[in-house]
Order: sequence, then C-alpha cells, then structure tokens
Amino acid sequence: MRTIKVSLEKRFPNGWIDRMTALNTVLKSDTEIDYNVSAIRADFPALDLKINGHPLAFLDSGASAQKPVQVLDRMDHAYRSEYANVHRGAYTLSQLATDNYENARMTVANFMNAKTPDEVIFTRNGTAAINLVAYSYGRTFLRAGDEIIISHMEHHANIVPWQLLRDAIGVEIKIAPIDDHGNFLMDEFEKLLCPKTKLVAVTHVSNVLGTILPIKEIVRQAHNIGAHVLIDGCQGIVHDGVDVQDLDAEFYAFTGHKLYGPSGIGVLWGKLDLLNKMPPYEGGGDMIENVTFEKTTYREAPARFEAGTPPIIEAVGLATAIDYVTGVGLENIANYETKLLTYATNHLAEIDGLRIIGRADNKAPIISFELDGVHAHDIGTIIDSKGVAVRAGHHCAQPLMDRYGLVATARASLGMYNNTDDIDQLVDALNYVKDIFG
Amino acid sequence: MEDDIRELYQEVILDHGKNPRNFRHPEDATCEANGNNPLCGDKLTVFVKVGVDQNIEDAAFEGRGCAISVASASMMTDIVTGKKVAEVDALFEIFHKMCKGEEVDETPEKFEDDLDKLVVLSGVKQFPMRVKCATLAWHTINAAVHGEKAVSSE
Repeated sequence: MRTIKVSLEKRFPNGWIDRMTALNTVLKSDTEIDYNVSAIRADFPALDLKINGHPLAFLDSGASAQKPVQVLDRMDHAYRSEYANVHRGAYTLSQLATDNYENARMTVANFMNAKTPDEVIFTRNGTAAINLVAYSYGRTFLRAGDEIIISHMEHHANIVPWQLLRDAIGVEIKIAPIDDHGNFLMDEFEKLLCPKTKLVAVTHVSNVLGTILPIKEIVRQAHNIGAHVLIDGCQGIVHDGVDVQDLDAEFYAFTGHKLYGPSGIGVLWGKLDLLNKMPPYEGGGDMIENVTFEKTTYREAPARFEAGTPPIIEAVGLATAIDYVTGVGLENIANYETKLLTYATNHLAEIDGLRIIGRADNKAPIISFELDGVHAHDIGTIIDSKGVAVRAGHHCAQPLMDRYGLVATARASLGMYNNTDDIDQLVDALNYVKDIFG
Repeated sequence: MEDDIRELYQEVILDHGKNPRNFRHPEDATCEANGNNPLCGDKLTVFVKVGVDQNIEDAAFEGRGCAISVASASMMTDIVTGKKVAEVDALFEIFHKMCKGEEVDETPEKFEDDLDKLVVLSGVKQFPMRVKCATLAWHTINAAVHGEKAVSSE
C-alpha cells in the first residue's frame, strides 16, 4: 500500500493521517490471505437471488458489478446519520459529510497512487470523466489539424467525445489497429505517431475482447513525440489496477459501479499542473473563488471541476468498495480471475459451434462469443431462463464489431465473486440453447 | 419459465428464423426503410412495391437479427402481400397489442387467418425486452409505406 505526501494537515485536521496509517497496516496484512471465494460471495447479497427458479449466475460484471454488503451498509449509515451537503455548513453534520467526502477522495488517491488527492476529480461516471477532458482540455490545448489517436477497440465513451470535439474544432481522429486475436498492434501505433499527434486516448482493457493494452509502453511512445495520453480505465482498474505515477499518463478515467461501488460516481485523475491550466467544464456553485456579475474567478482542481452538489454518498460508497477490494488484494483477485478465465475459456471451447472473439495474449476475464446459427439476443433470453446473466449486443463498441464482421456477441464478464459453478451453469445453459435451436 | 421459452422458440419461429421467406432486394420496390434495434443490434431493410389503389404487390427484406426479429419479418412479408396499406396498418395495431399482452378488441374476420399465424409470435409478451424484436419489421414497413426512411425501436 502506498502512502501520500501532501498537505494533509490542512485538509484533514482530525487525525486522518493516523487512521490512514492504521488502515494501510491492516490492508497490507490482509493481502497475504488466501483467496476464499465462498467468503467473498457471502458478502454480496445479490448472489443469493433465485432467477427463474435457478441460482443467479451473474456474468455481467463488465457492465456493472454487484455490491458487497459493506458498501450497502456504509452508504445506508451515511444517509441515515452522516448526511448534509458538503463544503457549506458550519455545523457538525456538514463537517462530517465533508470529511467523509474528502476522505473518499484520499482513498481513491491512495488506490491509484496519485501524488495528491487534488488530482482526483469526482464525476458522474467514466463517460463524464472523458467528456470533461474532451471539452475542457480539448478546446484549450488542441487546434484544427491536430491528431488524436484512439484504438480500434474503444468503447463509444472514448470515441464519441472526440468526434464531438472534431466537429467543434476540426481535430483529426486516427485509429490504431488491432489483429484478429484482439492484440493492440504496437508497431502500427508507432507508425501513426507524428508531430501532429497531440493526444492518445486508449482503453486500458477492452470491454468486448478483454485485451489488456500495453498502456505503459503506449504512454512512453506518445511522450517521445510530446503527445499527452488519456487512459479509459473503466474495465482496467478493476482487473489490473493502476499506479498513475508509474504509468505517467496525463489522464486516467474510471467509473465506480464496475469496481463494486455505487452507480452515479466516476473519477477523473489528471496531472495537477495540467488540470489547473484547464478551464471549468461546468459552471455553478462550489467551483468558484469569487462571483460578480462582471467577472468570476475559479478555484483550483479538483473543486474547479466539481460544480454543484457532488455525489456525496456515492463517494463514501466508492471508498468503501475500494477498501473492500484492497482488503482482499487486487493482485489476489487478478490471479484468481485469471484462473477462472482459463477454466471458462477451456469449458466454453468444448461447446461445438462456439467461437470466442478475442484471444489476446494478455487478457482480463471477459469472454465474448458467438454460437453458430444463434443470435446473441436469443442466447441472452434463453440462458436467462436458467438463471444466467450475460450481456448480448454490440457492447457500445460498434466499430469493433464491424472490424470482426459481427452484429452482436454474447459476453460473459467475470468478477471477484464468480466461481466454477457459475461457469458450469453457463455451459449447461448454452447446451440448452443448442438443444432448442437443434 | 422454460415453458415460456419453449413457447417463444417454437418450431415455426425457428423455421422462419433459419429459412426466412422473401429474403431479397426486389428491384422494382417503390419504397423502403431501415429498421434498427440498437439494444441487440438487429438491423433490417424492408422493401415494398405499392401499386395502384395503395395495394401492396410485393414485400421483402434483408438484414441480420435475432430469431424473433427475422421470423417476424419473414412472416410479415408473406402476410402483407396482396393487402392494402390501410389494412396493414390495422393489422399492425392488433399485432402490436398481442405482443404487448394487451386486450385485443374483436378482430375483423378478414384478418382471422393472418392472426392465427401471427399468434406464435405473441409468446414475446412474457419477455418485455423482446417485444421490440417481434415488432421491428412491422415498424419498419410502416415507415416505408408512409414515407419515412428509417425507424429505431429504441
């Protein structure tokens, strides 16, 4: 666990540093425990559900993960006993809510190894974080004719904001290609880099193929020609984690709800000096220094980018979710998920007529597949009758689907709580699909 | 639930889904429209030849989609051929209600045979998210004959 050297005294005068130190000690020892998936499952109430008479096999965590009871209880308690607006009232409850909110920022900063919590901006979700950069950074630092490189396996959230920017100011978008297995082609990417390249915006992990991109090498290459880098970490932070100082990108965006936290909160991390050169994205309360009808001055990051009442309790929930996964250990989770991915890949491959889309060398536990003669949407409906939840469709990545000549795939995405029973239930349900379709 | 699944995916739907009728692009079509179900990625184009007196002389389609949407388009193109546009509108209204599980008023006798065929698709009423699949082709032909270029079922 990392520690953070910042002016904590000013921000957290109430012994927070001591509490963080104690928490770090606990987490450090916890990472040495063995992976006990049964104990983890017991923390997630949704996994006890019966769906259509069958135990729920929840294989759609890539869309949104279930929440542990620790997150639910913490949010419930915060709403009942610690709730007021933040950064406003001179009363006990408001101070408590403000402390909770800013402590959550600290937890996120620690989790990503940010230099300072000031680099952590709370947003509505991952999409909002990327749009913030596209609007505020894009319209300030980019000019007509500048080039932005994205990869062929981006989620729409890391395509459309750049197209809006292109339509507004005339930047160009270049696509870094991938191979048939879903590997990011480093050589081809390097060929795209040129003096016009000002920004590289790529995903950490493909939400369809599961490919883990070589983001550190991408950052290094981009920096060589002076370009900035944004990483869409919505899938990546869950399975691979991030150390933003080691990575050295300019921006890293992720969402809370895929990380076992609540919906309604996302994070934009950015290098502080850059953030403070960017103009506000939205105007309103809490982001200003001084307002007159003639002229308004703005606060520094992160407040500059958090206009209006923020997602207060969602921040508390996200911090609790981060404590939860850190307690189990991100590396332990990743090791376990990799084993389960291998188990799932092997068992699915045994199904006649099933084709897995995405066979990258370095993969997160996401498996997209096709079944001969059966549309993904039919698969989704039929296996739901057996209690199995998967995503079916284009996964908000239509250009990627076009790349493989697909209209839709079914996608099983694993989380820290899935087990081999879930995979077996999926395989049985897929055999039932085949049975129906003859 | 499994009974509902078997009722939805009965033989006639699977047959139309695998071997769709009128799956072609007629050169002499007088109108066409694109139907798009962004939720699951169904995309189809419906071609219609409307003759004198608003009579549908030919209907066909192309595209990709789930078994329900393809079967529905296949059956629809069979059924609407030889009918007047106004009749197709009326039939769609009844069919739409069937799919949503809503009460259907007394149906005109002339539609009895057609509705007997279409009733196999009404199994979608147990699956609210699939109603759009069953009705996509009908929304699309409706757009085609009434001069709209495209329809999205979202």
